[in-house]
Amino acid sequence: MDRLMKVNKSAELAIIDFFRLLLENDRVSGIFTLRKINKDDSVDYCLVTDENRLDEAIPFYPFMPANAGQILSRFSPMNKPVAVVIKPCELRAFIELVKREQGTLDNFLLISYSCAGVFPIIKTGDEPFEKFLPSYWETVKRGGISQGIRQTCKVCEHFLPMNADITISLIGENKLDSECKMFLNTDKAKEFAKDFEGEMLEEDLESPVINSLLTKRKGEKEDLFTELSSKYSGLDGMINIFGRCIGCHGCSRVCPICYCTLCDFESHNYDYSASILEREISQKGALRLPPDTIFFHLGRLIHMSFSCIGCGLCTEVCPANIPVSTLFIKIGEETAKMFDYIPGRNVKEAIPVTVFKEEEFAELGE
Amino acid sequence: MEREFLPKIVSFLCKWCSYTGADLAGINRLQYPTSILPIKVMCSSRVDPVFVIKAYLRGADGVLIGGCHPGDCHYQDGNYHTRRRVAILKRVFELLGLEEGRIRLSWISASEGPKFARVCNEFTEVIKSLGENTTKTTIFL
Repeated sequence: MDRLMKVNKSAELAIIDFFRLLLENDRVSGIFTLRKINKDDSVDYCLVTDENRLDEAIPFYPFMPANAGQILSRFSPMNKPVAVVIKPCELRAFIELVKREQGTLDNFLLISYSCAGVFPIIKTGDEPFEKFLPSYWETVKRGGISQGIRQTCKVCEHFLPMNADITISLIGENKLDSECKMFLNTDKAKEFAKDFEGEMLEEDLESPVINSLLTKRKGEKEDLFTELSSKYSGLDGMINIFGRCIGCHGCSRVCPICYCTLCDFESHNYDYSASILEREISQKGALRLPPDTIFFHLGRLIHMSFSCIGCGLCTEVCPANIPVSTLFIKIGEETAKMFDYIPGRNVKEAIPVTVFKEEEFAELGE
Repeated sequence: MEREFLPKIVSFLCKWCSYTGADLAGINRLQYPTSILPIKVMCSSRVDPVFVIKAYLRGADGVLIGGCHPGDCHYQDGNYHTRRRVAILKRVFELLGLEEGRIRLSWISASEGPKFARVCNEFTEVIKSLGENTTKTTIFL
């Protein structure tokens, strides 16, 4: 049984009240949340320190303009506590970054929620997804897979947060508009929430609705993987899938796991000199330029796929609509499985390539 | 007249064991294919899997990584790290339907000249049965 606090307000209003209280009592220096930025309804992450600016906070808005884990790593450690509302996959990304010494968990009050998925980034000329929102929230209450959300979210299995101080239950909550269940998972959470008014209860976060949603998503994932594996097998498959790549490296820029500021693939280490080019062309008769497209993607798969948390931003930003994240999730699951590893599960769990066991892989190397 | 296919094998050999082993094979005048291209590295763990992919995509028929036997690494545990990396590399190749058989990891100590020659001969035969690497003629990579 988990300890939770029930507040008789909609989830969004309750959490904003909680933020107000934290700011008023000077318990935190700021709130990191999604917020409307302009009049034209654009939504972005924002660090709010003035409680009057909380009015337009929309912490559970189904949208991911960037990976919040990546953003947090850039401004941690903070001198004073900051409360953060973050999606489960973003939180896992942050944990992976902390393991890589790209941030610390100190002074963050991590608030996450059971996430029903987000809508794709709206590109200029796209129709806004606002019209889907009412049906989205109805689907959240039922625990279904909403229409219009990203493919990556439809197949995500880790929609319950790991390592959150406070978990807000959204999926399967019929009375989402009138009550809010805040699970206080850590002592830190209890300490921060002690002045907040609510009814203390004991309940499980996992419910039959959540389990049935998990089954549905697993089914979706299997279908997606089968569809993809028919297209990407072998060298020809790789060419099929990455043939459209324009080499912008946007997928690695938005990737929270690809944190290296001096990325090997961005360097000139692998450039083709004139003599190498001449040799390549004389052998092949022609060469697609710039070369090394598959090299880049294959290299990334081998370097970090086991830490892929499946946030799907790589697919989101791809101008050529390559299903990068689907491939990474599939390969990443398998490479992580080799080491019984789940990215972002535990900050103390070592990254697979940094450790070894003497007795493993005895069949390799003879 | 058609020439017999002699596989090009890029081999990354650790300075302390496998490279010395290769030297010994030469001193003992052991026969192994001339198409082995040795690259000396300070430790097998210096081999970023990306080097292997690069060799593979640039048309190497096979890539051999040679290191000290487990437990014998000059730097205590470098070869254990190599083993994990190669395991991941081979698994990814397998999942993508690429030919993971073109990648081989062998432990060859400084005294194992004959083993080096044997590994080279064996690996060459394996690659011969796989045929030429199609990346040699692929325009888009």
